[in-house]
Amino acid sequence: MRAFTYERASSVEAAAKAAASNSQARFIAGGTNLLDLMKLEIETPTHLIDINGLGVDKIEGTQEGGVRIGALVRNTDLAAHETIRRDYGLLSRALLAGASGQLRNKATTAGNLLQRTRCPYFYDTNQPCNKRQQGSGCSAIGGFTRQHAVVGTSDACIATHPSDMAVAMRALDAVVETVKADGSRRSVPIEDFHRLPGDTPHIETVLEAGEVVTAVTLPPPVGGKQIYRKVRDRASYAFALVSVGAVIQSDGTGQVAVGGIAHKPWRIATAEAELPRGAKSTADALLADARPTEQNRFKIDLVRRTLGAVLTEARG
Amino acid sequence: MSKMHIKLTVNGKPVELLAEPRELLIHVLREELSITGPHIGCETTHCGACTIDMDGRSIKSCTVFAAQANGANVTTIEGLGTPDGLHVLQTMFKEHHGLQCGFCTPGMITRAYRLLQENPDPTEEEVRFGMSGNLCRCTGYQNIVKAILAAAAELNAVKEAAQ
Ligand SMILES: Cc1cc2nc3c(=O)[nH]c(=O)nc-3n(C[C@H](O)[C@H](O)[C@H](O)COP(=O)(O)OP(=O)(O)OC[C@H]3O[C@@H](n4cnc5c(N)ncnc54)[C@H](O)[C@@H]3O)c2cc1C
Ligand code: SF4
Ligand code: FES
Ligand code: FES
Repeated sequence: MRAFTYERASSVEAAAKAAASNSQARFIAGGTNLLDLMKLEIETPTHLIDINGLGVDKIEGTQEGGVRIGALVRNTDLAAHETIRRDYGLLSRALLAGASGQLRNKATTAGNLLQRTRCPYFYDTNQPCNKRQQGSGCSAIGGFTRQHAVVGTSDACIATHPSDMAVAMRALDAVVETVKADGSRRSVPIEDFHRLPGDTPHIETVLEAGEVVTAVTLPPPVGGKQIYRKVRDRASYAFALVSVGAVIQSDGTGQVAVGGIAHKPWRIATAEAELPRGAKSTADALLADARPTEQNRFKIDLVRRTLGAVLTEARG
Repeated sequence: MSKMHIKLTVNGKPVELLAEPRELLIHVLREELSITGPHIGCETTHCGACTIDMDGRSIKSCTVFAAQANGANVTTIEGLGTPDGLHVLQTMFKEHHGLQCGFCTPGMITRAYRLLQENPDPTEEEVRFGMSGNLCRCTGYQNIVKAILAAAAELNAVKEAAQ
């Protein structure tokens, strides 16, 4: 691993300023993604800003009746929190479907949203990859693509976003709160937070240089049956091939986001309107613009079937 | 690169050392402190062989920089039992054949130790879920699960007898 200098930031504003003044600096939260990328020299920061001491690690109610989740809340604590389990069961279930106990103990809310793709070519520094090295080419296109995206892809990148938690956050209409290097604050709806690859797959979110995520808020509870169903190659400890996060009301309407099929959690308003008509028409609308490869065409069926299972469970 | 001064409590003993920021905690434990119980299986956060207890939580020590652990309280397998005074989990792994080559075992037992602190009377499913971050190439897991359930039963029996 390349050498770097290390500091523990004392405030959000100081962290943002320090990061903005050095393009080679990175924040480190739980470290469960960044460390592994540094070992492989996919990420090569010369300076690490440890944000674990910033105090943004609380879960509290908002004035609107929702909940504010600090950026540094650990995945373990978020999944186990009483309010989350009672009112946002989808989020708790999605978290517990991901990684393992040891990892969830360290992984944070912001770090989870910002984790990078698991595309195997991104991890192999001997292969071209536009996300790792801008303009070098995409090894996945024409390569081994079983895990890759089927919607929202571009000719530059077909990677997926691997997070389970983000799928639940998308279905629950989360908002990401940040502080920029100049001290100003903004709130970004999760649908605008992650970007599609387009011709700049190396830029994954709308965060600016130095911008710190401080919290993620959820609107007041929406009730309904909250289900997270993850389909993967083995029953535990694997990333999703396809996952469905859904809130289904007794009249059959609801909110649904799909993971494992795109560069960001996939949610489409017109598809959601089809929910009362069943899985097929919903999945057809979700995947209307799909461009699968020969190897990942199975995900089209898998989305429909997984959604079908979720809707059956919601009725039961 | 300049070294940092790091203070830790390891298995109850305060230790101080100098480490470069990029040194992983597992390397500091094994190479600087000669605590070789936690193993390096993958060094990519997958296998769990390097599992230790840090500030009361199971973590993988190949995914922490020593610099980040400054001030932390660490327990490794060395802190759980000794050859003459095995921890109940160690005894049960031995009795139920919860190990073969033994490479994963320190991580398994250190994780199982914390699991039983968090959930003293787990179901088989809860043990399997709680242990899913620890991989074993030899046993097929069946006997590991048995050993942990047996240790839980034993610890609970001892607790009840004491009441
Ligand atoms: C073996 C293994 C299995 C896994 N399985 C799953 C799985 O099944 N499902 C799943 O969803 N995930 C899985 N994960 C991924 C895991 O959930 C992520 O690694 C974790 O959530 C990242 O959080 P972190 O706090 O450790 O991030 P870090 O590694 O600390 O940070 C990740 C990135 O976010 C940036 N960052 C962190 N916090 C902030 C902030 N507040 N503001 C701005 N930038 C910030 C960092 O600079 C870095 O670029 C797995 C990981 C491993 C190693
Ligand atoms: S799909 Fe994206 S991440 Fe994977 S090789 Fe292509 S550019 Fe890189
Ligand atoms: S060596 Fe740390 S998880 Fe494998
Ligand atoms: S006993 Fe050999 S790896 Fe588990």
